Amino acid sequence: MSDITNRPSDSDRFRGSGGKYDRSSSKTKRQNGYNAKVKDKKLKAGLKRIDQQYKDAVSEAVATEYLLPESSGFLEAENEMEKTFKVKQDEIRGAVDSSTANKALDLKLREFGPYSLNYSRNGTHLLICGRKGHVASMDWRKGQLRAELNLNETCNAATYLQNEQFFAVAQKKYTFIYDHEGVELHRLKQHIEVKHMEFLPYHYLLATAGETGWLKYQDVTTGQLQAELRTKLGPTTAMAQNPWNAVINLGHSNGTVTMWAPNMPTPLARLLSARGPVTGVAVDRQGRYMATTGADKSMKIWDIRTFRQLHTIENLPTPGSGVTISDTGLLALSRGPHVTLWKDAFRSSKLARPFFGSSGQVERNTPYMTSIFPGNRVTNMQFVPFEDLLGVGHQDGVRNLIIPGAGEANYDALELNPFETAKQRQEQEVRTLLNKLPADSIALDPNVIGAVDKRASAARLNAKDLALVTDQKANESKTNQDIPQADPSVKGKNSGLRSFLRKKTRNVVDERKLRVNALLSKEKEARQRNEKVKRGEIEEGHTDLVSEALSRFG
Amino acid sequence: MKIKTISRSSDDYVPVKSTQESQLPRNLDPALHPFERAREYTKALNATKMERMFAKPFVGQLGYGHRDGVYTIAKNYNVLNKLATASADGVVKYWNMSTREEVCSFKAHYGLVHGLCVTPEQFSPNKNENYMLSCGDDRTVKLWSVNTDDFSSVKNEDELVSSGSGIKKTFHGDHAFLGIDHHRSKPHFVTGGAQINLWDVNRSRPSSNLSWGADNVSTVKFNQNETDILASAGSDNSVVLYDLRTNSPTQKFVQKMRTNAICWNPMEAYNFVVANEDHNAYYYDMRNLSRALHVFKDHVSAVMDVDFSPTGDEVVTGSYDKTIRIYQVKHGHSREIYHTKRMQHVFQVKYTMDSNYIVSGSDDGNVRLWRAKAWDRSSVKSTREKNKLEYDEKLKERYKNLPEIKRISRHRHVPKVIKKAGEIKQTEIDSLKRREKNERRTNKAMEFVPEREKQIVGFVHKYKNEKDSRDGSRHDK
Repeated sequence: MSDITNRPSDSDRFRGSGGKYDRSSSKTKRQNGYNAKVKDKKLKAGLKRIDQQYKDAVSEAVATEYLLPESSGFLEAENEMEKTFKVKQDEIRGAVDSSTANKALDLKLREFGPYSLNYSRNGTHLLICGRKGHVASMDWRKGQLRAELNLNETCNAATYLQNEQFFAVAQKKYTFIYDHEGVELHRLKQHIEVKHMEFLPYHYLLATAGETGWLKYQDVTTGQLQAELRTKLGPTTAMAQNPWNAVINLGHSNGTVTMWAPNMPTPLARLLSARGPVTGVAVDRQGRYMATTGADKSMKIWDIRTFRQLHTIENLPTPGSGVTISDTGLLALSRGPHVTLWKDAFRSSKLARPFFGSSGQVERNTPYMTSIFPGNRVTNMQFVPFEDLLGVGHQDGVRNLIIPGAGEANYDALELNPFETAKQRQEQEVRTLLNKLPADSIALDPNVIGAVDKRASAARLNAKDLALVTDQKANESKTNQDIPQADPSVKGKNSGLRSFLRKKTRNVVDERKLRVNALLSKEKEARQRNEKVKRGEIEEGHTDLVSEALSRFG
Repeated sequence: MKIKTISRSSDDYVPVKSTQESQLPRNLDPALHPFERAREYTKALNATKMERMFAKPFVGQLGYGHRDGVYTIAKNYNVLNKLATASADGVVKYWNMSTREEVCSFKAHYGLVHGLCVTPEQFSPNKNENYMLSCGDDRTVKLWSVNTDDFSSVKNEDELVSSGSGIKKTFHGDHAFLGIDHHRSKPHFVTGGAQINLWDVNRSRPSSNLSWGADNVSTVKFNQNETDILASAGSDNSVVLYDLRTNSPTQKFVQKMRTNAICWNPMEAYNFVVANEDHNAYYYDMRNLSRALHVFKDHVSAVMDVDFSPTGDEVVTGSYDKTIRIYQVKHGHSREIYHTKRMQHVFQVKYTMDSNYIVSGSDDGNVRLWRAKAWDRSSVKSTREKNKLEYDEKLKERYKNLPEIKRISRHRHVPKVIKKAGEIKQTEIDSLKRREKNERRTNKAMEFVPEREKQIVGFVHKYKNEKDSRDGSRHDK
């Protein structure tokens, strides 16, 4: 069985020199060209050596793939009559091994719903949050309850922090942080009426957004509020973090999606993604694609590296309520009681466009799987890390759907370990704290550090041009090139000359100032003259001979 | 319908027994490692900070030092932990560096001891006994024997018949001797002074006079690889190279100021570095003496001594400005500066033979032991610790040019006097440069002299017959 699945990925893996391990395929080519230009022999040799080291690293990384112990799951139709989306959860549960079947958790909690759920980063723990105040943290694989809280007030969202030891709950007014036993540790009184929360694990930041329209970043290691950003777009309707660069994507009721970093008071980018409120946002793990759903019954898929729209699906039967993307690139859409999944939806080809429905041509991208919660509504979804499961929170509890091929099969134990011991967890926590990234380093390009700033003029220009530019800048005031042009078409107060004068408010009347004043009066005259022409008092080519004659004395 | 899901058996991943290591599978897929570079940079920054935190260069002084200034230190090239020093009051001491205690101490000369060297192993009777040569103001060269108990368990073939420590032989000369060095493999040694003499240990008179020109030779140094090559520096600002196979000087070059010390590169036999009075050390290739390979700048006073690390990639200099600096051979500026409150003018610096430590002798009579890498510790390390340190080294190297890391790793506390002197020196250099630039503006024909040639006045080759001698002086071109 496994050889069938491995075939396509194998060919993909060995296509280029390094495939996915090659982190800058386009750049290396340029670098080689650059190498040829370098005159300094020592530098050239050094660059060559680094290039070679890089190539070796890539090929070695490729070679280690043979050592990966697990293979990812799949669900495949054996003939054309079979459709994968027709397979029911019960059938899957019957077909898979018992350990997986046991993981298809189904908690029926009718009293405090609707429920939202959150899995810890390594997938060992599950945090459920009932809207009416029921919060529980559990080791879901072992069936052990860690903490259960009945808060007796509205709970909008809950999320684990760096590991299962701490979690934050957005309650009616404030946001609180609890520890693994459910003891309240902090009340974050600056985070008011929060509806959505995201934890940025590498920066140790808790980002919250909600009714107030503010996006707030709290550093959970120092307790400082890192940034408060005003979206100016009303209540936030959806939120997702880009795991690749820690940029927060917010969906708003006017249909825009904005991307935020804590060190920028304005959004890094703004996309119009729906004609009504945005109801769901999701970003894939490598930060390449974003999927959004809107209340206008649309779903859109974006390439957020180029901000290009890949696919648009209009006229869903009912508006989608949320989207999420798995580690392997499955797209899951929730829509009322329905959950629909697509495979390969992020290719730019038209055939990859998620097709809603079962009929039609063969080459259409029909759903990979579907599931329905009859008489119910799905509130949120999250793929379980490193498992073939999709956690779904709905009105009557939570449920794990078995989605073969959804999870990353081979985890990296030094990054996230689903089988970690308490000791390993503690060591990991210390290690990540030591390597905590500063909040203001968040940017659209996560590799900006250590890269050459090509926009800097010193890097962009050669020595001669640079000298020319700096010379020009130095002599700008000497040649009076910085004085704006007289423009009679603008109103007096808006005149560029006036604002230039305002800037240079030194109480010194020098030659430059006189020149600007003269220009200003000339501008005024021209403007008045234009107005007169407009009113018809004088004609276009009229010359006032008297004033012209006198002007030589002025 | 084919269905398969990920099913990890916890038996494969969770250790069964407590003695078992838990399975830590790796996956190098970059998708699983976000913020790779940012995290690596943070690690590099932390590693750099740790390096500066652990930077404690001073190990200690040897014994109680000397009662007068230490002007001569001789390495023992064969034993890692032995060292000989001599001071201005004529006392020679032999040290055990691992215990930091003296093995023996004796008054060798009347007046200053100018030269000291430990003879190669093959000339001492057994491993426990080392021979030393010393010379001084009193016109004598003395051969000493020093007993150590280090290898007492080692039985020599013909019974340890030690004649005991003490003076073995005295050579009398016509002039005060200023420097001495022993040939690596032959029983010859060379002395400097009013003339440069080659001696045979078995004879009482010098076997030949190698002088070229008639001036004082203050330092002599044998090449340890190309053992018949010899370099000397004299008070006429010249450095002369000799070849013992022809028993004559071969090349000579004159610099603007005096050379205080010479050291051959132990890895590249044809390269040597000289410590100059003009605050710089110069690195030369003996095959082309028209220009220096490198100029080691940064000192603010005369460089008194220079020594190569046995690996040949670092140079340590001691200066009259009371500091020690360490240079990487490929970089013109020092990577490290060492100083203490009590250390006076540094006259001697030597790398130990394992290149982990530096020994310095100064005017104040102390012999100090320093770490060559200030943050390094020589304690036994676990494999994990070693791996971590190696990884940190690589990170530091990779991110060394980033501004924050550069700032932290370069920062040194420097005594106010030296900082001030450095600033004044910089102003002087700047004004000279400005002046030259201004002059060049009006005088287009002005010759441009590279920084590496500025110090050279001229150089001469000497061949057997004087007619062929070629003058390569720059000013004749």
